[in-house]
Amino acid sequence: MSEIRFTDQHEWVRVDGDTATIGITDYAQEQLGDVVYVELPEVGKALTAGDEAAVVESVKAASEVYAPVSGEIVEVNGDLEGAPGGVNEDAMGRGWFVKMKLSDSGELSKLMDEDAYKAFVEGLA
Amino acid sequence: MSGMNTQGRPTGAGEASSGSAIETYTGNRGLRLEEPLIFELDNPGACGVDLDEPDAFTARLGGLARKGNIGLPGISEPDVMRHYVRLSRKNYSIDAGLYPLGSCTMKHNPRLNEKMARVAGFSDVHPLQPQKTVQGALELIDTLAHWLKELTGLPAVAMSPKAGAHGELCGMMAIRAALEARGEGATRTRVLVPESAHGTNPATAALLGYKVDAIPATEDGRVDLSAFKAKLGPDVAAIMLTNPNTCGLFERDIIAIADAVHEAGAYFYCDGANFNAIVGRVRPGDLGVDAMHINLHKTFSTPHGGGGPGAGPVVLSEALAPFAPLPYVVHGQDGFRLVETTKEAKADGTQPFGRMVSFHGQMGMFVRAMAYMMSHGSDGLRQVAEDAVLNANYILASLKNDLSAPFEGPCMREALFDDRFLKGTGVETLDFAKAMIDEGYHPMTMYFPLVVHGALLIEPTETESKKTLDQFIGTLRHLAKAAKGNDKALFTGAPHFAPRHRLDETLAARNPVLRWQPPVPAQAAE
Amino acid sequence: MRYLPLTDTDRREMLGVIGAKSVDDLFRDVPEKARREGLVDLPKRQGELEVERALNKMAAKNVAAGSVPFFVGAGAYRHHVPATVDHLIQRSEFLTSYTPYQPEITQGTLQYLFEFQTQVAMLTGMDVANASMYDGSTACGEAVLMAHRVTKRKKAVLSGTLHPQYRAVVENLSEFANDVVEALPPAIPGTTEDIISRICDDTSCVVVQSPSFYGDLIDLRAIADAAHAKGALLIAVVTEIVSLGLVTPPGEMGADIVVGEGQSIGNGLNFGGPYVGLFATKSKYVRQMPGRLCGETVDATGARGFVLTLSTREQHIRREKATSNICTNSGLCSLAFTIHLSLLGEEGFTRLARINHANAVKLADGLAGVKGVEVLNDSFFNEFTIRLPRSAAAVVDELADKDVIGGVPVSRLIPDDPSVENLLVVASTEINTDADRAAFVAALKEVL
Repeated sequence: MSEIRFTDQHEWVRVDGDTATIGITDYAQEQLGDVVYVELPEVGKALTAGDEAAVVESVKAASEVYAPVSGEIVEVNGDLEGAPGGVNEDAMGRGWFVKMKLSDSGELSKLMDEDAYKAFVEGLA
Repeated sequence: MSGMNTQGRPTGAGEASSGSAIETYTGNRGLRLEEPLIFELDNPGACGVDLDEPDAFTARLGGLARKGNIGLPGISEPDVMRHYVRLSRKNYSIDAGLYPLGSCTMKHNPRLNEKMARVAGFSDVHPLQPQKTVQGALELIDTLAHWLKELTGLPAVAMSPKAGAHGELCGMMAIRAALEARGEGATRTRVLVPESAHGTNPATAALLGYKVDAIPATEDGRVDLSAFKAKLGPDVAAIMLTNPNTCGLFERDIIAIADAVHEAGAYFYCDGANFNAIVGRVRPGDLGVDAMHINLHKTFSTPHGGGGPGAGPVVLSEALAPFAPLPYVVHGQDGFRLVETTKEAKADGTQPFGRMVSFHGQMGMFVRAMAYMMSHGSDGLRQVAEDAVLNANYILASLKNDLSAPFEGPCMREALFDDRFLKGTGVETLDFAKAMIDEGYHPMTMYFPLVVHGALLIEPTETESKKTLDQFIGTLRHLAKAAKGNDKALFTGAPHFAPRHRLDETLAARNPVLRWQPPVPAQAAE
Repeated sequence: MRYLPLTDTDRREMLGVIGAKSVDDLFRDVPEKARREGLVDLPKRQGELEVERALNKMAAKNVAAGSVPFFVGAGAYRHHVPATVDHLIQRSEFLTSYTPYQPEITQGTLQYLFEFQTQVAMLTGMDVANASMYDGSTACGEAVLMAHRVTKRKKAVLSGTLHPQYRAVVENLSEFANDVVEALPPAIPGTTEDIISRICDDTSCVVVQSPSFYGDLIDLRAIADAAHAKGALLIAVVTEIVSLGLVTPPGEMGADIVVGEGQSIGNGLNFGGPYVGLFATKSKYVRQMPGRLCGETVDATGARGFVLTLSTREQHIRREKATSNICTNSGLCSLAFTIHLSLLGEEGFTRLARINHANAVKLADGLAGVKGVEVLNDSFFNEFTIRLPRSAAAVVDELADKDVIGGVPVSRLIPDDPSVENLLVVASTEINTDADRAAFVAALKEVL
């Protein structure tokens, strides 16, 4: 049963067993504008929660994407190389950035659930 | 995610507005001409120069003769002339109209400057000719240096940096060198930069390995003095401050800031981009500045040339003077001498931190700036600052009720507005700016400084007449009124009348095409 | 004052609208002790006539290259620039236009930048080029920084073929960035430089100049292979861009980055600046390239147009994480380059290169015939090194007294090395006539 969590930096993480899929939220992609390039990490890289995991670029801005949880990169979304627009079209699904093998599933409880994130975003307006 | 662009704005092309129904054969519209790339004008056999083939000789190329074509097109002189004249006509320029660009100081470029720069004695001399054959060139550099020192109240100047950002690098390198000479290079690793700073400031600091620490602003748009003092410590190398700042305001506490910086054993780098506001009236040396770059292409009228070349000499305090980079000019008993090597510097007793560029600096821009300065003189330059500040305040006072200004005046030589006046209209800062193009204006600086939402930064400079300003003000009032009155037609899909409609920057970044490629030859029929 | 349109009446009216009594009111934020009451101690304003007089007087103290037999190169070269070039770059719309950040009204600038980028890529044999940098030396420094980013290493190996001032620029940047530089001794023609053995697993890049500072033409292929074998990049430096009209381009010899000085095309000597830095690389490295880039796109009607692109590399967006702090390119100088090269075309450019080489060959033969003079190069383009029987600096000085500007003594740029004391670097372009060459040979004979 995959569960989705959110950070206050607008990353989402969906967990299946001990594999976490990570991306940026729909709110984030809308704020960014058209995504033109995504810089993804190397497979095998170890990250602690809060480390820079990727960089997402629009025409006028470049933003770091932080790892919401700790672990090791096991897969990156190669589709985004030729079609970075996938982040805009389906940020919560096809526009995922990386998959990580979790090192500490306990970290998830510190993150917001869907309702909490929704309230958080509304508060930003 | 960090540094998210919360002012995300569309970078696609959007939809085209409906144009005229008449289609022309050429695609031209009267004087508005379409023009292909030079490579698409290739006429094999044509050539724009007449050169005689050399007599037969034995080459000595060591077997490295180029094989195959380069791919350059062949075109006659009349066709080259026509191509570039047509291209030029697609450009806005200061000769043709006002540039209200904040922090760019787009002022009139006097043609006397161009004439003087082309005099053979300045333009046709090689940097490595024997020094006795270029005494006049060294004299010009020395004279310009003297003017810059007098105007800024600082005792030394590094003339070689090739642009403002290069000058920033030079100033920060001099600071690093001074700290290292004191034995504190390794311990002072932090540089303080206001949140409102131009991107070059943190980029320069980072290039030198410094950790950049942001200083918050107060509600009135200036450095928060107590927050700033709290950030000072023995690990601070320097502060990088722009004054007047990027919101167009003079930092009232600047002397207190300088004192605090020096007390903490650090140095004060001043970004001189905004010098036009105070030239002749205030000397940065009197404010406690240790290093300041001067953009000759801003305050001193050298032309922007579509993006360069610039020049960024850096004035330096007594403490930093010994570390000025190579080369520098010395005016001695027997004339002018250029010090180019560490060996000569040692003999001189100076400790240049190194060399930033080959040869001596942007001589062509020095001649232009010198002609400008001599034309104005001490009285004219003071008037420049006064008129520049007057013009900006006139715009601020005239428009603050039509647009929205985050800070009460007076401003210095640029007026800052934000996008509160557009709230609820559905018109963004970007659309507003593009509608200005249809009115015949280059838009003002947008979305900078970042500390204000949807910023519109306007710097008219002193070379604009009251009449020009009145028309500009009238135009902005008209556009503001239209936006608030929900008249979207002016804004949707703007600009409508420029040589190109809005361009798809998303496509350009997703699929970079950075050069022309010859078309692939069609496959021979099977 | 002729450049200031406001009249006193205007000023009074405007102050009224602002609600200020005098312009001093507007400067009230300036701390009192920093306000200058009087004028700065500099001459007052002057009319055009006086300014011309003063500046012409200074200019007259210089010996213009066109007025004497002239053979100076060493990184900047005297070529003939057709009249069309200077005329076109002085058009208002080119000279006085701002950086093309509003592409709809700057297609002129953007299109010529696209043409320039294409020309530079063609000449160097590389995939892509940027819209120019300040000059060749800073382009070289930036290339080393880029190599460090790409390889994630920080050691640059600099060939002794590299212009000494370019070397100083790289060393300066590296020192401040805490990177490492290994610089080889001067690659005097006739000696062999073993740079390949200096390439190690921690080498980020090898920097080689060809034609070298001393004029030698270097085959880069073996060096490129050796660098790549260790995961390092080859940076090729070209200070005389006209050489690429006749010599194999670095892109065809395995270079990963090519930097150069474009001054020879379209731009005069100008005592050292403004010049135009060239920077070209492979497609795969484009996002690590510094400087402005112009790209092709379409507008809302589907018409082809051009925009500045990949801006997220740059300082105004990345701030601390930018590829460089560089803000500008060398706009008008790159336009002059583009126009001159368009006039030359394939036929003119390659012929110009042949003329340059032919002239250098003639000069080398003439100088080799002077007793005591040895031409050191086996191969060269339009510049070579001669060994004199005594100090080259003294000889150049004496030649100048005879109204011949005979080259650059290497000791001027490398003052501490006795092995270069008697070496003179001599350039010969299409501007030199038989009479010039004869005058040089005659003067040298007299002096030696």
